[in-house]
Amino acid sequence: MAGTLEFSPDDRYNAFITTCSTAPFSDGTLAGIAVAVKDNISTAGIETTCGSKILESYVPPYDAYVVGLLRKAGAAIVGKTNMDEFGMGTTTETSAFGPTKNPADPSRVPGGSSGGSAAAVAADLVPMALGTDTGGSIRCPAAFCGIVGLKPTYGRVSRYGLIAYANSLEQIGPMARTVEDASRLMSVIAKYDPRDSTMLDRPYDHRPSADIAGLRIGIPEEYFGEGVDPRVAETVRNAIAVLEGLGAETVTVSIPGMRHALAAYYVICTSEASSNLARFDGVRYGPAVDTRKTWHEAYQDLREEKFGTEVRRRVMLGTFALSAGYAGRYYAKAQVARRNIMQDFERALRDADIIAGPTMPTVAFRLGEKTDPLSMYLSDILTVPANLAGIPAISVPCGRIDGLPVGLQLMGRQFEDERVVDAAYAYEQEVRA
Amino acid sequence: MKTIVGLEIHVQLATTTKLFCGCSTDYRDDEPNTHCCPVCLGLPGALPRLNKRAVEYGLRVAKALDMKVPEESEFARKNYFYPDLPKAYQITQYDKPLAVEGTVEIEDDEGHEKIVRITRVHLEEDPGRLVHVAGGSKYSLVDYNRSGIPLLEIVTEPDMRSPQEARRFLNKLRTVLEYLGVFDGDREGALRVDANISLEGSERVEVKNISSYKGVEKALTFEVTRQKNLLRRGQKVTRETRHFMEGRGITSSARGKEEEHDYRYFPEPDLRPLRVAGWVAEIDLPELPVARKNRFMAQFGISLNHARTLTGDPKLADFYEEIAHVDPVLAATWVADTLLGELNYRDMSIAAVPADRIAELLELLKEETITDAAGVQVLREMLDACARGRPCERPVAIVEREGLARATGGEFTQIVQAVIAANPQAVEDYRTGKKGALNFLVGQVMKETRGRADPRELGRIVSECLEIGGV
Amino acid sequence: MITESDIEHIAELADIGILKDEVPEFTTQFNAILDYFEVLDTVQGEGAPAAGITNVFRDDEPRPCLSQEETLANAGSTEDGFIKAPRVM
Repeated sequence: MAGTLEFSPDDRYNAFITTCSTAPFSDGTLAGIAVAVKDNISTAGIETTCGSKILESYVPPYDAYVVGLLRKAGAAIVGKTNMDEFGMGTTTETSAFGPTKNPADPSRVPGGSSGGSAAAVAADLVPMALGTDTGGSIRCPAAFCGIVGLKPTYGRVSRYGLIAYANSLEQIGPMARTVEDASRLMSVIAKYDPRDSTMLDRPYDHRPSADIAGLRIGIPEEYFGEGVDPRVAETVRNAIAVLEGLGAETVTVSIPGMRHALAAYYVICTSEASSNLARFDGVRYGPAVDTRKTWHEAYQDLREEKFGTEVRRRVMLGTFALSAGYAGRYYAKAQVARRNIMQDFERALRDADIIAGPTMPTVAFRLGEKTDPLSMYLSDILTVPANLAGIPAISVPCGRIDGLPVGLQLMGRQFEDERVVDAAYAYEQEVRA
Repeated sequence: MKTIVGLEIHVQLATTTKLFCGCSTDYRDDEPNTHCCPVCLGLPGALPRLNKRAVEYGLRVAKALDMKVPEESEFARKNYFYPDLPKAYQITQYDKPLAVEGTVEIEDDEGHEKIVRITRVHLEEDPGRLVHVAGGSKYSLVDYNRSGIPLLEIVTEPDMRSPQEARRFLNKLRTVLEYLGVFDGDREGALRVDANISLEGSERVEVKNISSYKGVEKALTFEVTRQKNLLRRGQKVTRETRHFMEGRGITSSARGKEEEHDYRYFPEPDLRPLRVAGWVAEIDLPELPVARKNRFMAQFGISLNHARTLTGDPKLADFYEEIAHVDPVLAATWVADTLLGELNYRDMSIAAVPADRIAELLELLKEETITDAAGVQVLREMLDACARGRPCERPVAIVEREGLARATGGEFTQIVQAVIAANPQAVEDYRTGKKGALNFLVGQVMKETRGRADPRELGRIVSECLEIGGV
Repeated sequence: MITESDIEHIAELADIGILKDEVPEFTTQFNAILDYFEVLDTVQGEGAPAAGITNVFRDDEPRPCLSQEETLANAGSTEDGFIKAPRVM
């Protein structure tokens, strides 16, 4: 069964940074299936750039744990997908390799930061892909492109080999056209890896079930309030009604910590990023630094040239949030806010089995529409809470507005990824039928 | 003017692998960049995994220094840029160290026991090693073999009052670390010190980068003089960081950017916190230097000085215990007074000396088969052979070959007569009552007989011969 | 309020190069974002999230290292097995 897959896609949406024209594969549950991998996941022998010029020509000497698992399962790794530089964006427009376009409407962004993976799946170039989700980077593009994307529980998928943006928030997760395929990919990648000390040995090995009778769905008012396009809210409410029709019941829940979520998220992710991205100095990898200068001067010149504006802005924000005199007001407060949000979800998930709401407050933006960083950040408001709480969250297509896809987001208790997958599967099966 | 000294000591822990990866720590004499992996190179995506033994070693030290181990401790990132630091942050411990509040007992300058308080100990990773290209240093060269070696940082309170006290503290600490088996003092750079020093009422100066414990006393002595001179000239001591230049024995100001640091510490998100307070009770400490010194005095009846010297190095103490059965006091004298001196002279380690051979030598001395002088000669022959890596002959064989067996005085009458005949002036001096003359003549005979006779016995024979000759 | 010189200081601390003509816009955007972050002043309570799992270790057993060739493969410049870096003197 082992062999080689020829891969020469029509990449009109700029979904890939690197493609592998011949991809070897072996036996296994994914034997011969083309899988695309986001370009912040290390692949031995295949250039891995994080969508940044600062890693141009970097070829990792090792595979990320999940990549090893994909190879073992027989998958053919056919390419590395485009992304916002280091995952820092909601549109895939901050990539150093040009924006990806949304296959549902090429004048629109695919969402981000895993926009390349989403577009590759949506355009039918591959049946499934890996994305990563720090504050919505799997779910947002899944929603905007009309595919399925799962952010697993924090600690369920190994981060070994994932080039860190914000370590305490991010997870690698599956993206696919169907819930079943997303679940299949999840079953391959969610295995215990002792090299990731933040993991728990809770492998995912699950076939989705559409039986959700008696499932209690929490509806947080905060997910349908100000800033959420009323048409999106209505589409999502209709989807929830479908689930009710399948025997689920709804309860109202509240996440009061939501008012702090976005600020807390941006403080934490930029703080961690400012430290994670400090190593890119052109010494051990990446474009060579000018060694004739003194080190600070050499690093500053290189990093100004090779990092994009959004990356530099976030690195500076995080540096500031951790700096002497400000860490108490920003970093420390954000940690408290994070703890409060975790407790809010714990409480809500005692009254409910899962929580439902829109994935994104709007449909996909036009390319170039969002120019102001803060307004871009605000669009992450509905996805970041799951990252702060470390809980599983899936986005499943639930209709269209003016031809643009809308995503239904389902969140669950920690390590109950199976439950959100089942609910998404039940919805998908019902509306397809 | 009171001198106030506090120390920060970085100790490389003698684990088999690095702190956060499985690379071997034994890189001595190996090519640069051959003990590296994605983790210690800081390659994108690599994650640290904590070495359990490093934590155990840290706790062993904590227990030996009588420290408190908090319920929870945690790793943090210390962010700064330097070409030897591959991730541009060092994984260390910040506000939740492994252990706090300990003590070390040393002797003060008057010979009284005093306590130096230990503030904290914590674990951290060593950076790589920078080689500066000679001549203008146009760029640096980096070797990451050292990157990730586990360090235990030990911080003291400013409790030392002189450079000599600081040296004694370090000697003591080093001995304890060696007793605990967590540290290999023979490794270059295995113990590195930053010292804070001030004169009472003046600003504090930090001397960084002292890479040998002997250098600490030198650096601090230089600083005391420098700071006193400043004050004498009516100038002020500036609060600053200075570097110790080992070769020149001086410190120099590390002015500029390096000084304003904002390390932006935050908890390391890739590692989980530690809850290891409960492990401390399980740790079996070996007998530590003070206990061993006291036991040596009680068990072997040896002097405080000998006991202190012998227990100053666990390998030396083990060696002594192996041969003490022959005659504890004789063994103490020979090991502490003679053998150590001969080893220092040859820059040899006690590990290279076969204990059974020394025990045989002690037997010969105890039975008075040879004299002390001949004993030294045999010892030197054996050590020279060991130092050259040659097999060490048995002492009896050396005595036999060299004819060093103690002879009775009668055998030397001829030599005595010859010496008397050859030194008429000394004989004359003796007759006029100059007592030194006898010692001179005995010495001459000793020389001729290569130490084979007991000097006291010889003295008797020489004076008899002189008396006879005079009649 | 963050000033332009604050921005330059932060860029220095982060070793992130910033061009003179970028400073005003960075400053404006920073202030807008920090205004939004002010909501954190209203956060109630204290303490970070609970530790969760603790004591994750590996045994002190050696694993293979990369070869020198692999270690140097991605470096911009090397010399005699060392990696070349900017000067620090």
